[in-house]
Amino acid sequence: MSARPELRAPPEIFYDEGEARKYTSSSRIIEIQAKLSDRALELLALPDDGIPRLLLDIGCGSGLSGETLSESGHHWIGLDISQAMLNVAVEREVEGDLLLGDMGQGLALRPGVIDGAISISAVQWLCNADKSSHNPRLRLKAFFGSLYRCLSRDAKAVLQVYPENLDQRQLILTSAMRAGFAGGVVVDYPHSSKSRKEYLVLTCGPPSLSASSVPNGIGEDGGSSDEDVSDDEETQVISAGDRQRPRKRQKLNWKVRGREWILNKKEQMRRKGNVVPADTKYTGRKRKARF
Amino acid sequence: MKLLTHNMLSSNIKGVTAGYPLLIEPQITTTTEVPINPNFLRHIFPKLDYSALVAAAKTLGFSDLPETAGVSDLEDEGFLKRFHHALLELKLEEGALVCPESGRRFMVSKGIPNMLLHEDEV
Repeated sequence: MSARPELRAPPEIFYDEGEARKYTSSSRIIEIQAKLSDRALELLALPDDGIPRLLLDIGCGSGLSGETLSESGHHWIGLDISQAMLNVAVEREVEGDLLLGDMGQGLALRPGVIDGAISISAVQWLCNADKSSHNPRLRLKAFFGSLYRCLSRDAKAVLQVYPENLDQRQLILTSAMRAGFAGGVVVDYPHSSKSRKEYLVLTCGPPSLSASSVPNGIGEDGGSSDEDVSDDEETQVISAGDRQRPRKRQKLNWKVRGREWILNKKEQMRRKGNVVPADTKYTGRKRKARF
Repeated sequence: MKLLTHNMLSSNIKGVTAGYPLLIEPQITTTTEVPINPNFLRHIFPKLDYSALVAAAKTLGFSDLPETAGVSDLEDEGFLKRFHHALLELKLEEGALVCPESGRRFMVSKGIPNMLLHEDEV
C-alpha cells in the first residue's frame, strides 16, 4: 500500500497540477468528497430556517466540498495552501471565495464573523512538520486559536480528519480543547477499516450538560445503509469536554535507592550473620538502563 | 474576491494589532449577477464593518452606498439592492490588499488573495 500523502510531500507540493487534475476527473474521488461534505454539513446542524449562512471551508482544495455548501444555499470562504488545487476550483467556477493560505499560520479573519466551519481531509496535515521552521504543536495552536476566535458564539466546526495514529488523534483533540472548544469525535462505520471516517465536532459555547450535542456516528442498528456493517455494530462517540489528564508516572521511591542505602543493608545482613559480598567500587554503581 | 470576504479579512502578521481593514489596490474588477436574498443580507449586516464595506466599494468604483446605515435601512428595497451589489456582485480579480499597519501587500490573482505569510511574519 502506498504511503499516506502526508508522509510523501508537503501539501502544496503533493497537490500539484497532476494530483489536482484527479479532483476533476476521478468520479470516485468526487463521490467520496461529496459524501464527506454532505455528512459534515449534516453534523454542522445549522438552524433550518432558510437563512443562508457564511461558512468556512478549511482546506477547500478544488472546491468539491464548497459546492455542497453552495448547493444548500450558503455563502462560503475557502482556504487552501495549494495554488494548483485552487486553480481547479477557479476553473470549476465555484461560488465561494477562495484564499491561498496556510491554516497553520492562523486564519486571517476578524473575530466572531463565521457561522460555521467544515474541513474535509485537511487538518491532519498540520501534524507533520513539512519545513524545518514548522512546529506542529504551534501550528495546531495557531489554527485552532484563530478558528475559535473567528467563529460566532453558537457556531460549530466539523473537521473530517485522517489521523495517522492515536498520538495524532490525541494531539489534534488536545489542541482543539486548549483553544477553548468543546465537543467530541463522531466515528462513522467504526469497525470497517475502509469506510471508517472520523469527524471532530467542535462547539464554541460552554459544553452542554447532555451528550446530545454530539450526534451519533453511523454504524448502529438501522442507522446506515452500508452492507459492510454488521447488525451488532456500536457507535463511538467520545466526548472530550475536559482537558486530557496526563498519565501519572510511576513514582520512584527515593528512600530505597542509592549506594548508601545498599551499603547499610549489606551491613545489616552481615550483622545478622549472612554471607554478603565485599563492598567494592562496583557496589551500587549506576548500571545501563536495561537493568 | 467579493467584498463580503474582504470585510472579514484581517492581516495577522506577527506584531500587527491594527490589521483591519485591508486597503484595496484594484487593477481588474468585475461584476457578476447574483440573485438577491434579503434574509442573508439581514443576517450578515450586524456582522459586517459597514464603513469598511463602503470604503472598499468606493475603491472598486461603486459609490452609491450611503455612508452610514442602520437596521431600519434593511427594510428599504433600494438600499438592499445597492447593499447586495456592493457585497456580493463586485469582484476583485487582480490587484493587491495592503495591511494598513505594516504596509505589507497581499497580491490578488484570479480573484484569489495570497495570504501566505513569510516565516518571519508568523
